[in-house]
Amino acid sequence: MLGKITPHHLPRPAMDRRRFIQVIGLSGAGFMVGCGRQNDEAAPAASGGAETVPVTAEPVVASEFGPFVRIGTDNRVTVMIKHLDKGQGVTTGLPTIVAEELDADWAQMDFEFAPADASRYNNLFFGPYQGTGGSTSIANSWTQLREAAAAARAMLIEAAAARWQVPAGEIAVSRGRLSHGDRSASFGELAAAAADIAPPAEPVLKDPADFTLIGTRLPRLDSPGKTDGSEIFTIDVTRPGMLTAVVAHPPKFGAAVAGFDAAAALDVPGVTDVVQIARGVAVVADSFWAAKKGRDALTVTWDESGAVDYDSEQLYREFAERLATDPGLVARSDGDVGAALEAADQVIRREYRVPFLAHATMEPMDCVVELSGDGCEIWTGAQLQTVDQYTAAAITGLAPEQVTINTCFAGGSFGRRATPDSDYIAEAVMIAKAIDGRAPVKLIWTREDDMRAGFYRPMSAHVLEAALDADGKPVAWRHQTAVQSILAGTPFEGMVQDGIDGASVEGSRGLPYSIPNVEVRVNTIELGVPVLWWRSVGHTQNGFVTEAFIDELAALGGQDPYTLRRELLADHPRHLAVLDLAAEKAGWGEDPGPGRGRGIAVHESFGSFVAEVVDVSVAEDGAFSVDRVVCAVDCGIAINPDVIKAQMEGGIGYALSAALREEVTLASGAVAEGNFDSYRPLRIDEMPAIEVHIVASGEAPTGVGEPGTPPLAPALVAALADATGKWVYRMPIGDQLRGETG
Amino acid sequence: MAIELKVNGNTHSVDVPADKPLLWVLREDVGLTGTKFGCGIAQCGACTVHIDGLPARACIMPISAVGAREVTTVEGVASPAALAIRQAWRELDVVQCGYCQSGQMMSATALLESNPQPTDDDIDAAMRGNLCRCATYTRIRGAIHRAAESLEG
Repeated sequence: MLGKITPHHLPRPAMDRRRFIQVIGLSGAGFMVGCGRQNDEAAPAASGGAETVPVTAEPVVASEFGPFVRIGTDNRVTVMIKHLDKGQGVTTGLPTIVAEELDADWAQMDFEFAPADASRYNNLFFGPYQGTGGSTSIANSWTQLREAAAAARAMLIEAAAARWQVPAGEIAVSRGRLSHGDRSASFGELAAAAADIAPPAEPVLKDPADFTLIGTRLPRLDSPGKTDGSEIFTIDVTRPGMLTAVVAHPPKFGAAVAGFDAAAALDVPGVTDVVQIARGVAVVADSFWAAKKGRDALTVTWDESGAVDYDSEQLYREFAERLATDPGLVARSDGDVGAALEAADQVIRREYRVPFLAHATMEPMDCVVELSGDGCEIWTGAQLQTVDQYTAAAITGLAPEQVTINTCFAGGSFGRRATPDSDYIAEAVMIAKAIDGRAPVKLIWTREDDMRAGFYRPMSAHVLEAALDADGKPVAWRHQTAVQSILAGTPFEGMVQDGIDGASVEGSRGLPYSIPNVEVRVNTIELGVPVLWWRSVGHTQNGFVTEAFIDELAALGGQDPYTLRRELLADHPRHLAVLDLAAEKAGWGEDPGPGRGRGIAVHESFGSFVAEVVDVSVAEDGAFSVDRVVCAVDCGIAINPDVIKAQMEGGIGYALSAALREEVTLASGAVAEGNFDSYRPLRIDEMPAIEVHIVASGEAPTGVGEPGTPPLAPALVAALADATGKWVYRMPIGDQLRGETG
Repeated sequence: MAIELKVNGNTHSVDVPADKPLLWVLREDVGLTGTKFGCGIAQCGACTVHIDGLPARACIMPISAVGAREVTTVEGVASPAALAIRQAWRELDVVQCGYCQSGQMMSATALLESNPQPTDDDIDAAMRGNLCRCATYTRIRGAIHRAAESLEG
């Protein structure tokens, strides 16, 4: 997601010397800020009703140490999380960085989602935008949070030195306590005095050799609230007098409301309003059930004159035609591929097809909006807060600073909640405005809305050509892709360079293999189907086709696919390291046994390197199971190895789900799939055993949310070919290995 | 219709349409939001609760069909199996986004209550109705085994 935004490092925000003190709660009681819940494991849970929680009357006072670190008189250290946590674990990973440089005790760490405020909380890789994507959360925060925490630590030491009248250099800090001789104090006891001290201009960072928390398994801070039903997601937010809205969306992309009859909807008890908005007709009610029944009763006439009417099969034919007749734009050109292909004895040409995919997050899109005369307050799993803030401001006529966003834990995203037009958030604001802001509105998309109202991983078609020399080594490589641009027509269109959307060619333009003649071309297709980044973006298609093709080239050239990759990656040590580690751990070279196959793939994305070895069992009728995936990852310094493993497991499962049978199909311009009975994600009985191995590294940390996804599909296709001799060129694999349907 | 609904040992008087699903009564009328909406057609399991101790999909259960039976949600489930499941979920850090996990844990708890030592096949059969898009499945399996071991010991 947003992986190709040019890094633009803003100057480090100066730490505010003004001492900020807030009374943030009462000791002994957990408390909520926005949707973000404090880690209140140390305090007894307040839920349950019958049990009375003892609450002392002593107010907790918190002192701010810049925008990211707050220390309370209750000795809690709160890290402001500028990113969305949609499961990838940043509410654990970012506090780990702070706790490390602060020498805090892990048990005293809390988190809170930061407000929407790009002046303090922009993603340093996105320029002036606050947002999450491209697996950048840890990478862009790494130095920022280390410096913030190191500064706070120095200020605490100064405060202790002044209180004890001893040299600062003699004060030790360990696990949340400062000490000198027989004197010691907690962070909480010194926080107020420390916050008055000028922060150091150049905070001294730890030598990584001295890390005690980074690289260890620390429990996730979000586990308690997500395992007792108390965590508040957007769909759980309740406001006084709140109404709930459901929207009738156009049945085809590009259709518009021609008219509607609200009478039957308004007859449903509980329905209060039926209002037209730019994206459809909203039914507003006192409950979800009433709103949904109101929508079922609503009659909308659609103007389909501007609507698309595609079928997916027809689109694939048109993509192929385009690839055959239009050379497209050159994204990379090394040597002379045309001449090399012309001169070669053996030229191999393959066509690949990769479908539209839904993100299908478990929590469907949802948003709560509350308007007042001079403000718009939003609760949602905001992934591009700055864009969402400006969109809401434009709709309401307010200034962006008047739009408050409470970022909530999101029930999955995979890229879906980073929408350049803030689609569902904009809908919720429009509805709140349409009822004159008289009540807070919670918009809930049904599963069918989520599947059919837009944003998909773009479909694509690819032609790969290669020439092999007499030794079976590739000497020429041409990759041409037909795909929609994700960025075109969005506020990020300026990132399209020379007509090429980086997302279209990421993972193909950067082919790492040492091949003397390489050409990468792209045909940008304009379709009017809403497309978006989907866990690893262009790498999902390009990682698949490039790695599947190199594997087939190895087979055709009589090479071992692991050995061939090793030879062609001699100048890429980080690729080699993960490839070697995965191969070694998987027992590459050993016979996997009768009816079984083994495949390998390696791919770099978002600065991280991942290799995967997949083992399959294939029955005589072509039915198969994926038995094991061995994964090796190099993501630089491993902040929290268990979170990294979890992200590899999740990325592999997400990719396997897509490879097995996920496909969004257009039929006469409408999405055929509607719910989990027709769009059928991976279930527990199909999940392979997964081993994750992490390469030790001293490099700065890079992302892990997405990089586990790309290698799975090509390694799986290679494993199936190893077992059956049949190559799959079209995703999903579905029943292609089963007899005639193939 | 006016209904006396028994949830987590308490009785709640609610006045809702007879066809309103238990899921939405729990969430909107009783105020228990731990049980989640995912699909509305009993395909994802995010809404799993226990009715008289057996797992049920609250999203397709009209409130009129619940009657006098006891409903247990993730907020109130407290059997030894439930506590072992919650503990194992935390020890293994099963959750990622966490949205499906209430339903996963309710299904897993029901499994352990009827089958204290489930095999992998038993787990597949009991848990394949619960989707997780974060694909935390290997940890779900591991946590169920761990919870079973802790109950045995």
